[in-house]
Amino acid sequence: MKILPKHSLKAWVERLRDTHRVVAPRETYGQYIFEEIENADDLVFDYHTSVLPPKKYLLPPREDLFAFNAKTMEMSPLIEEIQPTVIMALHTCDLHAITLLDKIQGTGHTDQHYQARRRKTTLVSIECLKPCMDHAFCKSMGTLAVPEGFDIHLTDLGDRYAVDIGSEQGEQLIEGLSLFWEPIEADYERVNQVMAGKWPNFDYRLDCDVTDLPDLLAASQDSALWDEVGDTCLACGQCTKVCPTCYCFDVLDEIDLKLEHGKRVRVWDSCLIEKFAVVAGGHNFRSSQARRLRHRFLRKGKYQFESYGLLGCVGCGRCALSCPAHITPIGLLNTLAERRRPATEEASSRS
Amino acid sequence: MTTLLRETLTHSSIYMPTPARIVEVEQFTEVEKWFHLELPSGFTIAHKPGQFVEVSILGIGEAPISICSSPARSNGSFELCVRRVGKLTDALHRLDVGSMIAVRGPFGHGFPIDRFHGKDIIFIAGGLGLAPLRSLITEVLDERGKYGRVALLYGARTPNDFLFPADLAAWADREDVECHVTVDRPSEGWDGPVGVITTLLPKVKFPARNTVVAIVGPPVMYRFVLDELLAAGIAEGNIWLSFERQMKCGVGKCGHCQMHHIYTCQQGPVLSYAEVKNLEEALS
Ligand SMILES: Cc1cc2nc3c(=O)[nH]c(=O)nc-3n(C[C@H](O)[C@H](O)[C@H](O)COP(=O)(O)OP(=O)(O)OC[C@H]3O[C@@H](n4cnc5c(N)ncnc54)[C@H](O)[C@@H]3O)c2cc1C
Ligand code: SF4
Ligand code: SF4
Ligand code: FES
Repeated sequence: MKILPKHSLKAWVERLRDTHRVVAPRETYGQYIFEEIENADDLVFDYHTSVLPPKKYLLPPREDLFAFNAKTMEMSPLIEEIQPTVIMALHTCDLHAITLLDKIQGTGHTDQHYQARRRKTTLVSIECLKPCMDHAFCKSMGTLAVPEGFDIHLTDLGDRYAVDIGSEQGEQLIEGLSLFWEPIEADYERVNQVMAGKWPNFDYRLDCDVTDLPDLLAASQDSALWDEVGDTCLACGQCTKVCPTCYCFDVLDEIDLKLEHGKRVRVWDSCLIEKFAVVAGGHNFRSSQARRLRHRFLRKGKYQFESYGLLGCVGCGRCALSCPAHITPIGLLNTLAERRRPATEEASSRS
Repeated sequence: MTTLLRETLTHSSIYMPTPARIVEVEQFTEVEKWFHLELPSGFTIAHKPGQFVEVSILGIGEAPISICSSPARSNGSFELCVRRVGKLTDALHRLDVGSMIAVRGPFGHGFPIDRFHGKDIIFIAGGLGLAPLRSLITEVLDERGKYGRVALLYGARTPNDFLFPADLAAWADREDVECHVTVDRPSEGWDGPVGVITTLLPKVKFPARNTVVAIVGPPVMYRFVLDELLAAGIAEGNIWLSFERQMKCGVGKCGHCQMHHIYTCQQGPVLSYAEVKNLEEALS
């Protein structure tokens, strides 16, 4: 651990800007978005969850995959040489989401496009000491604690930050800088105090234990709730756009008027949209909005866990905030838990 | 040195295909064509029966297509049978001998051929399903001695819709293969069976204990065929089906092919009934 006095934060960020693109949440019309910081004064550490998660720097909404000449069949990958980037002030839920993305993009066939960005990206997270917004349910999802996989993690101790270094990449960001001090005994005590004091500020919002989610969802496959909620879903796909753990994409070719030079690109896609699973002949394996909604929730709370050992939802609450139909994971999961309960109790009293 | 086509996936981008040249084309039906493709020298496809490639026409797009040639006969070249249904397949049908396309793959798991050894085999193909099965059928027939009795049941819409007519004739001539075909609607001159594919099942009386079944066809066919096979006592783990899903990447990243927890492009497209029987989205 190191100590960074608060008055040195700006100096540190300015130093980083000499060698890195620094990205951090910025306020725009009362909302926060991750954007490049042009001036250390723009830095905000205390923010209401950003509209889009920082994943847009790792998996952009639109990305070129390769360029081609359709006449000569020459092709070349378009893996951008990206500038070294520091993403500042990540909430721990977003850090958990990136841990999941790393796992997915690195499993099986490695996605070199993602890796190229990820390699050049250093993550600086901050300890969340109070809930960032009403819809967040990070404590329930177990994402209020820092996962492995941060580079630098900051904890606000009042007039100073405790600086935890999680990787060599993180080490390099502070190497040789006299801005960082060695901690004294009182700093360690303060960290313990702050950490112990934060938990009561957060509520458990989920009415079952997070480890029970895969089972709850498995048991609820045929629940009538999917139809009830599905009827209100507008299939706008907004929830998947703002989700830090969604990564599905569509692939398109773009070509010039001479039908010669072109690019293959990928763009964010959404499993909530009707045509997502249509195959030739028009058969749709997820033919109703209820089934598509169910797929999204089972994917987050069950399938991803089965495939990667990590849940696909980190409890950030962005989808709940952005859904025009007011569909929220907490509302939905708690209703499933409530409807399962009487059945289970009845079953156990019978046996 | 030959390079396996899939090794190109470890090059700079998993999404970038390798060019291939069309060296032969045959029009099977009004909407189905067969293509023989050649890879650049030094490349080989090294696929397993049931695997597929992502086929590109640069500027148009990409679609998953099963490899329909036998692995043993596919050195440096391979075959596809394509139905014209949309953007990519329309464009492909307009290409002729000498044209270039591009491919990635092979992807997915094919049929677990080792588990077929020493067993009786029933192939059940509906329509275009004969294309993926053909790579398995030819593989089995190339090493006929390793298997017990072999039967092929094939259903097409009309007699004009039969694919691979030369192969069908050759298989029908063999003593060691039982071939049964049926059509939904007869046309002039057809004196064979008429009816859905399940009507052919009673014609093959194999002991349920030692029989494996490989099925490829349209989604509607699966439920009916499965009901009959299970009623006949075929083990759930001995029934292998190939699943069709929308596929954009082939490598487990785009999410389109997901069927419950399974990425069809990676853990499929071939799966046993035992693996999918509880997955509602697999069969309806
Ligand atoms: C593992 C696997 C193996 C396969 N093997 C073969 C094979 O061997 N041979 C073969 O011919 N096919 C095969 N297919 C199927 C083939 O991939 C599809 O037919 C593919 O969609 C063709 O691509 P396309 O661009 O020509 O069609 P698309 O342009 O993608 O159109 C396909 C279908 O999508 C729907 N569609 C397209 N655009 C729209 C729209 N705007 N609105 C609504 N619906 C639309 C239509 O139903 C249309 O029929 C396979 C599929 C899989 C998953
Ligand atoms: S599903 Fe909703 S709450 Fe969960 S991670 Fe995605 S956006 Fe956040
Ligand atoms: S944001 Fe809400 S309405 Fe839109 S697709 Fe998602 S759940 Fe449906
Ligand atoms: S085709 Fe993209 S995940 Fe399977």
